[in-house]
Amino acid sequence: MTLRDQIKNVIDDEPVAIFIKGTPERPACGNSMRALQALRNAGAPITAVDILPDPQIRQELTALSDWPTIPQVFVKGELLGGADITEELFASGELARKLDDALGEEREQVVKTVSVAATTT
Amino acid sequence: MAIETIRTLLERAFPNGEVDVVDRTGGDDHFHVTVASCTFAGLSLVEQHRLVNRALADPLADGSIHELRITTKGRE
Repeated sequence: MTLRDQIKNVIDDEPVAIFIKGTPERPACGNSMRALQALRNAGAPITAVDILPDPQIRQELTALSDWPTIPQVFVKGELLGGADITEELFASGELARKLDDALGEEREQVVKTVSVAATTT
Repeated sequence: MAIETIRTLLERAFPNGEVDVVDRTGGDDHFHVTVASCTFAGLSLVEQHRLVNRALADPLADGSIHELRITTKGRE
């Protein structure tokens, strides 16, 4: 599977996917941390992908999303936005409402990390 | 990337808007831009931020903006 297809699968299959620098345990950038924090506070399940291991991940992600910056948050396959939007929606209470609508109010708040990698031929 | 260049790009993209640009770190590459524009009326936050990102596509792509924070405000 191509790298782009792997990224697309994560976006489409995971309830809440976030592409960050670093990991949820050790974010490598303040903006990734801000978005993670807002998702956690809103009670979101989180599936994180670290974009740092390979610059190609960011290239392919941005080609798919048409969004230039990291982090990027997707809810049920749809781009929610970056750190600013995620924080803003959390602060207004809209993030929790969106998650309730998309995933139900009794959602399990699991945090996991998945990795994507270009296949070498 | 001078603040003025970013301001010019945003003012060109949002001709009737109100644009504010702050250099967050003094290092000339971490910026917080605030744009108030009637263009945003009826658009979702993602769509609003997309318009701002698009206006700054070149400096974002060439790395002269290392970090960008965006605040958008709709107005009449």
